[in-house]
Amino acid sequence: MKTTLFDKVWDSHVVSKITNGPEVLFIDRHLIHEVTSPVAFLGLKNRGIKVLYPERTFATADHNTPTINQHLPVLDALSANQLKVLEENSNEHGILYWGLGHEKNGIVHVVGPEYGITQPGATIVCGDSHTSTHGAFGAIAFGIGTSEVEMVLSTQCVMQPKPKKMRITINGTLSKAVTPKDVALYIISKLSTAGATGYFVEYSGEVFLNMSMEGRMTVCNLSIEMGARGGIIAPDNKTFEYIKDREFTPKGDKWEKAMNYWKTLKTDSNAVFDKEISFEGSDITPMITYGTNPGMGMGISNEIPKVEDQKSASKSYFKSLDYMNYDEGESMIGKKIDFVFLGSCTNGRIEDFRDFAKIIKGRKKADNVTAWLVPGSHKVEKAIKAEGILDTLEDSGFQLREPGCSACLAMNDDKIPKGKYAVSTSNRNFEGRQGPGSRTILASPLVAAAAAVTGMITDPRTLF
Amino acid sequence: MAYDKFRILKSSCVPLPIENIDTDQIIPARFLKAIERKGFGDNLFRDWKYNLDNTPKKDFVLNNPLYKGEILVGGKNFGSGSSREHAAWSVYDYGFRCVISSFFADIFRANCLNVGVLPVQVSEDFLNVIFENIYNNPSIEILIDLPNQLVSIPELKLSESFDINDYKKNNMLNGYDDIDYLINMKKSITDFANTTPL
Repeated sequence: MKTTLFDKVWDSHVVSKITNGPEVLFIDRHLIHEVTSPVAFLGLKNRGIKVLYPERTFATADHNTPTINQHLPVLDALSANQLKVLEENSNEHGILYWGLGHEKNGIVHVVGPEYGITQPGATIVCGDSHTSTHGAFGAIAFGIGTSEVEMVLSTQCVMQPKPKKMRITINGTLSKAVTPKDVALYIISKLSTAGATGYFVEYSGEVFLNMSMEGRMTVCNLSIEMGARGGIIAPDNKTFEYIKDREFTPKGDKWEKAMNYWKTLKTDSNAVFDKEISFEGSDITPMITYGTNPGMGMGISNEIPKVEDQKSASKSYFKSLDYMNYDEGESMIGKKIDFVFLGSCTNGRIEDFRDFAKIIKGRKKADNVTAWLVPGSHKVEKAIKAEGILDTLEDSGFQLREPGCSACLAMNDDKIPKGKYAVSTSNRNFEGRQGPGSRTILASPLVAAAAAVTGMITDPRTLF
Repeated sequence: MAYDKFRILKSSCVPLPIENIDTDQIIPARFLKAIERKGFGDNLFRDWKYNLDNTPKKDFVLNNPLYKGEILVGGKNFGSGSSREHAAWSVYDYGFRCVISSFFADIFRANCLNVGVLPVQVSEDFLNVIFENIYNNPSIEILIDLPNQLVSIPELKLSESFDINDYKKNNMLNGYDDIDYLINMKKSITDFANTTPL
């Protein structure tokens, strides 16, 4: 039978199927962080059981960590306690732990691929919805709740109904200043935040083939923002080159054996998807969001849609625009902004800092802008320094912070104040996501850089 | 974590006719710092319920004594966004045992079922009928009959069926959780793991 890439990976991990119920899916690799794991460990303790396969779980601290003075004690008592509890739980159960200050520390979805924990054909879960990132390598990766974290710790399995399959194909070439982030925001604006709920999405076509691994991670990362369980891209030579010789990837004969298997991981021609959607690469322009969910996005030079263009839900639509203090029909170009956030598991990788640097080089940070530039990991931070990007940033009046999730979800002190506008390379523009009352405009690192040097929403194509 | 069994629930409702309610609204990230499952009910819809100085926002439905009960009725695409189970905990801990909507985000739906909150998906039309009737009569009761998979407004003799798989239904009816089930099949899991090297 002709099968999809998703079927191949999923079906090879099914331990059993429950009649009229979910499937028991074996999980190869489990990533944990300080926020969604403590109650799961507590559950194990209450049941009097240990972690079944500690070598399959990897811990990093990221959601709650400060992005300055990481060498000093964490001031927020609750955050400090969560970090301490993650360390204690990891030590007690023999789980590899990359805590604050560790040279391999960083955002869970950045360090997983960096150290080769993420591999093609694997099942990967984490108590974080952006686990979909790892699908860029041809893995099945998705976010889970804390009850499921407890299931994986105790039995290395989750129970999930098998999702339906969708394929999104984009052929053609991308125009100037159009990045993987724009591709993802474009798809979400077409499908809405619920358009792929119930589906696992395979991305295919020339646009994804030609994309870097970093770019593929950005696209898969944002799959959850259209409601999908996850996104997946067939592994190719680019994938294999990226993971080769990383700490946790197989070596020698094992590498050859793994490669033989990984090369089979693609959708058969004529395999059937539950839903197929196609777009043209040349139709995509630099994107920006104007509302309070990632589906409320548009080409940066367009106008905020008027309500007659909206199918329904005008009440929720206007609630959103009221929150942003924007009007339908307005252009976003020239609107003043207050903060710029470059970072997160969506756009906190080296390629994103290279893009940002391209625009700001030879220009100065606008005086009205506070910029938080947060690398996704220490490895990214080192590359920023090694490639001379740090010098470019500092010459233009920017500073680099230390790695972590930071202002993406504002659990630490990196909070955008009430009423202020932030152009963010992160993944969610929900009300208050970046701090109570904050207003988020999602965009690519190029659009963020253009805003950072002009102090307003600016089309990056005018700055090249 | 154990939860109370769910069979039949008859209750008045709290209406929240807003679409795309995300889990950051249900519980903002700054309230996720606990290491135990305690106190989440107090922070349900925190930033819609309170101003930054902690004074209540009078126009928010949870601050309106007219609307109360164990059923929360939300607009389409309820629970999108973050996978935080804290959102489902806060719904349960506040006192809701059921959320009705015309569409749920996947992870939130799974989390609800794992913590003992029944997500009931109804048609867009029926959802609108429910909202209308709650606004006409805030004390009107909705009946959730899990064994028969029916949601109804008894006073108006209106009802609709809802989907839930047999396995999860049995869990909710008995207060079971998935971990007990998985621990019970440990032998097949370890056998499987032996064939799947790291």
